[in-house]
Amino acid sequence: MNAALAPPPSAPPPAETPTHYLNANYGFRSWMFTLDHKRIALLYLASITLFFFIGGFYAVMLRLELVTPAGDLMSAENYNKSFTMHGVMMVFFFLIPSIPAVLGNFLIPLMIGARDLAFPRLNLLSWYIYMAGGMLTLYAMVAGGVDTGWTMYTPYSTTYSNSHVMVMAVGIFINGFSSILTGLNFIVTIHKMRAPGLTWFRLPLFVWAHYATSVIQVLGTPVIAITILLVALERGFGFGFFDPKLGGDPILFQHLFWFYSHPAVYIMILPSMGVVSELVTCFSRKKVFGYKFIAMSSVAIAVFGFLVWGHHMFVSGQSIYAGMIFSFLSFLVGIPSAIKVFNWTATMYKGSISYHTPMLYVFGFIGLFTIGGLTGLIVANLGLDVHLHDTYFIVAHFHYIMVGGAVMGYLGGIHFWWPKITGRLYPEGWARFSALVLFVGFNLTFFPQFLVGYLGMPRRYHAYPEEFQVFNVMSSAGASILGLGYLIPMIYLTWSWRYGKLAPPNPWGAKGLEWTTPSPPTTFNFEETPVVTEEAYAYAQEQETEESH
Amino acid sequence: MSSHVTPKKTYFAVFGTLMALTALTVAAATVDLGGLNTVVALAIAGCKAGVVIWFFMEVRHARPMTRLTVAAGILWLVIMLILLSSDYISRGWLGRSQGW
Repeated sequence: MNAALAPPPSAPPPAETPTHYLNANYGFRSWMFTLDHKRIALLYLASITLFFFIGGFYAVMLRLELVTPAGDLMSAENYNKSFTMHGVMMVFFFLIPSIPAVLGNFLIPLMIGARDLAFPRLNLLSWYIYMAGGMLTLYAMVAGGVDTGWTMYTPYSTTYSNSHVMVMAVGIFINGFSSILTGLNFIVTIHKMRAPGLTWFRLPLFVWAHYATSVIQVLGTPVIAITILLVALERGFGFGFFDPKLGGDPILFQHLFWFYSHPAVYIMILPSMGVVSELVTCFSRKKVFGYKFIAMSSVAIAVFGFLVWGHHMFVSGQSIYAGMIFSFLSFLVGIPSAIKVFNWTATMYKGSISYHTPMLYVFGFIGLFTIGGLTGLIVANLGLDVHLHDTYFIVAHFHYIMVGGAVMGYLGGIHFWWPKITGRLYPEGWARFSALVLFVGFNLTFFPQFLVGYLGMPRRYHAYPEEFQVFNVMSSAGASILGLGYLIPMIYLTWSWRYGKLAPPNPWGAKGLEWTTPSPPTTFNFEETPVVTEEAYAYAQEQETEESH
Repeated sequence: MSSHVTPKKTYFAVFGTLMALTALTVAAATVDLGGLNTVVALAIAGCKAGVVIWFFMEVRHARPMTRLTVAAGILWLVIMLILLSSDYISRGWLGRSQGW
């Protein structure tokens, strides 16, 4: 959308080094005590990148172990600890905060014409809480690790595991508050701080997606926090919540755990969908198809996401009748997801598509998310899930959603807004190359896992029958390519921050208030409060104007 | 923010109600109602939560948006309890071979 600034901006004379949020002040304290949402976003960017590479290290260890059928690289116990740390780091400390805490933090005030989030101090507190949770979890890792899996199923986690469950549980518990506070901040900001003229149905779809995500964070995260607290109470003080010997029910833990942790998948994927909505319109030079349907489908996903958790428990001892309800509801969640995919492809139809790196990630997202979503329907089926439960088919399915979907969107967004964040352009050739490497590496890693899972290879074992080796070798080879695909952007993005070409305010010719600010923006984003006079993604008007000339 | 000032007697009344309901919970626990014991305990707990939300947390003087937010939280809790109950109520329907 274009903004008519009131009063109309007069072009200032170009200064040699314009002041922006990065050079407004310097020093360690200026970053550690900053209240600027953009700087806090960068603090998150650095932190989640650290946790991503720690989680990635464990993934490397797992794939190396699985190259051969015998458990020869590490013991079963160490393998258990490795996949636990991989899952915990990636889910709680990378995927969940990735887009909301980095891109959401940076962009939501810019997109709605605000000078900051509603509660800047709360925003900084969220980061400190996140770091405290992360450090405690890292301590659990260094002190000897945890072998329960990221799901921490009871009664193993409460009664039998001899690893550092309590420390990690407290780390995740603390981290949950960061998520709640970020969600709360976004909800209040979107309600109260929109620029004049920016009505709900003029909001960028990225903002709608984050609004839906925030609702999940605020309503769902307290449940996992309390659940972890119950685990701690049972493990530490012998309260009988989950252990049958103490009169508890282990399946109750799974209910409470998945009541949050299934919607958590939507905390990961909804913001990514918001990114894709922005990118697909910009690089198709077309107004998004079915704006209201995409916006409302985000809300629908947030609501439906809370009704389907029992599909993780079809074979756990949950009532078969409850399973039937959860199976039916799980199929329903495919509808709003499909609406989005159809609307993105319809947006591209007859669009003027350009193949810049962010758009390559969009193509990757749509293809991989569709595969992940459709295989989700397969495992939502009660009968098929008996065969596929806890096999590599499940591992492949959720990686297609959480990596193929969420991470593709994250990287697409990082590339798209990189010029705005840093004021520098990244090298397009390298970026396209790495997007391709990532796509190939990802599919080579995870597609064979569908096959080997269907053939019956269970997850979470460090040894396996020899007939599965060919699939595992393919998967491990793919993982090495995938790792390269993550390292290359890490290198050229870091390089471009210092040596990249200077970016103009709007290098993509994109719509949206954030592109009306300088690159990088000033500390308070807008000199004057912008007034929005157009609907979102008014690319059609631009085209019509060009054609009339 | 609402500028309404709640008189102290309201807080004392809330405290008295909560204490009375706690006593009722203890008393109800001593009576064997079979499966209804849990229902009664949860119902009393629900009433106590309602009193806290409505009076102590000042939702009765809150603006519609705040009330909507509170309602959303309660709705989510109800969703969780209903779908949880779908498991616990029907788990024994197949006899001893529960679930699969």
